Amino acid sequence: MASHRVLPGFRLSLSYAIAYLSVLVLIPLAACLTKASSLTTSQFVAAVWSAQARSAYLVTFGSSAVAGVIDTVLGLLLAWVFVRYDFPFKRLLDSLIDLPFALPTAVAGLVYSSLYSQNGWLGQFLVPAGIKLAYSQAAIVFVLVFIGLPFVVRTVQPVLESIDADIEEAAACLGANRWQTFTRILLPSLYPALTTGFALTFARAIGEYGSVVFVSANIPFETQIAPHLIVQKLEDFKYAEASAVAVVLLVASFAMLIVINALERRSEAANSSAN
Amino acid sequence: MLQINGRSFGLWLTIVVAAGLGCNSNSGTAAAKTKGPVNLLNVSYDPTRELWKELNKAYTPQFEKEFGQPLTIEQSHGGSASQARLIIEGLKADVATLSIWTDTDALRKNGLLKEGWENSLPNKSLPYTSTVVFVVRKGNPKEIKDWKDLTKPDVKVVTPSPKTSGNGRLSLLAAWGSVVLNGGSEEQAVELLTKMYKNVPILDSGARGATMTFAQKGIGDVHLAMESEAYLEIAESKGALEIVYPPQSILHEPQVAVVDAVVDEKGTRAAAEAYLKFLYTPEAQEIIAKHYYRPTDPAVIAKIAGKFPEIKLFPITDIVANWEAAQVKFFADGALFDSFYAKN
Repeated sequence: MASHRVLPGFRLSLSYAIAYLSVLVLIPLAACLTKASSLTTSQFVAAVWSAQARSAYLVTFGSSAVAGVIDTVLGLLLAWVFVRYDFPFKRLLDSLIDLPFALPTAVAGLVYSSLYSQNGWLGQFLVPAGIKLAYSQAAIVFVLVFIGLPFVVRTVQPVLESIDADIEEAAACLGANRWQTFTRILLPSLYPALTTGFALTFARAIGEYGSVVFVSANIPFETQIAPHLIVQKLEDFKYAEASAVAVVLLVASFAMLIVINALERRSEAANSSAN
Repeated sequence: MLQINGRSFGLWLTIVVAAGLGCNSNSGTAAAKTKGPVNLLNVSYDPTRELWKELNKAYTPQFEKEFGQPLTIEQSHGGSASQARLIIEGLKADVATLSIWTDTDALRKNGLLKEGWENSLPNKSLPYTSTVVFVVRKGNPKEIKDWKDLTKPDVKVVTPSPKTSGNGRLSLLAAWGSVVLNGGSEEQAVELLTKMYKNVPILDSGARGATMTFAQKGIGDVHLAMESEAYLEIAESKGALEIVYPPQSILHEPQVAVVDAVVDEKGTRAAAEAYLKFLYTPEAQEIIAKHYYRPTDPAVIAKIAGKFPEIKLFPITDIVANWEAAQVKFFADGALFDSFYAKN
């Protein structure tokens, strides 16, 4: 299949790609699985399915999903503004979007918790009013939204750019109202990009630790996240059990990505057949 | 998608295996034991940074005079258990000066320390001890004086998670001891702890995190801090915080150990042992006291009399057989601490 290329070297490049992939991803994953497999089935279940663990998954997957949805809406809005309008400092704002990529996430967590805790700039007004945005589930969602935002903006933006504004005008000329133009014309072509953005945000959020530890109160059954369970087990020198929880998280996010990938492909297929 | 044919699969396998062999071949670096410079790595727990810095500075010239070799001592700090894990995973620590017995003993379980390591240095390998005290806001508005005051409904308590922090474990055990060592039953102790942890708004993972939460973010009415950390916290706060000594607390016994497997491989045993023995000299003991750790040398204790209030300090063995038993009874998954949070 690879014999008629202009540039040679399929085997070599594929081999290198797989070798690097192995060193960086596959071998560590395999090690994780091996470690977890040293447990018996009942030990594995006890490690990954305790009441505390289940509630930690709920916190992790729940807040990641909520953050993903918020990011998808916000990201679409931001991408829309950047693509369709011109305004002062647009370039500057546009590059600010990428900040969460570059910033160590611990910094985000630290800044957030010091802003909204009761001594913070904003917290000093909000906490007395009964609005506790630090050390709550809301805080976890908030930092995850921050971490994930660029994923949606950067996946939606190029697609939006490729959609000509003329299409919107044509729709309007043919009698579509604004809502119809948005839902019938724009959204279907954006759908794959939006799902990809959501999936990336979601997957990123599941593994996020650095920022969340600073804003989560880490109370079991309330704000304890699943990655923290792993740390907790490691501190107790329980490597195998820690790996077991990691395996559960991995399998869950992998399954989630596969489902979303399938959805995306289906909508792409629907799009191309519609065109 | 990737299509792997037989030959390229073979090639990548060769590359991976070769890379693996490469990693294994450079392990035979047993340093020649000559009069060259000596490097020691001291792997310790979080708040001892300043203490070791000063001890190392005091010891280096002594070593150079005695051994005729230049000495550099490097320090590594972090949570006690994670530091132990680093050593187990291959960090070449010549000495381990960790917070909790369990962490040092984990090194023995992994073959890095000899059996009976606790007794290879004077005074059960304890150059200094410490304890858990209360740090409260100025004027102690909530009148927190004893462990039972931590259960008052309007008191917010800051203490790190016993699951991940030595400080957290010691706080829990100290509160437990305040009941059972004063004629209270275990049921009453459970009740006190349950109420106390209901008053904990944030379970930080480590001791320094809890200090930040209490001192900088202003959360909580009382911080259950290690004594040395408490004095640092007070000094930083410029009058906004003060220390309250409960009538009794737990004796913190951070034992020190030469990591046998590492010093034998590096050939640094003599230096590592001399370094730890230095900790028992009057000079080192005074540095220890200066940093608000409790010295163990009677002469130095007499000399600094009055520096530390006389409160009853009980060792962990007064309330449970040993640290392993404490782990099973209090901290393991599904044990007592988890039951405070279990949903009924």
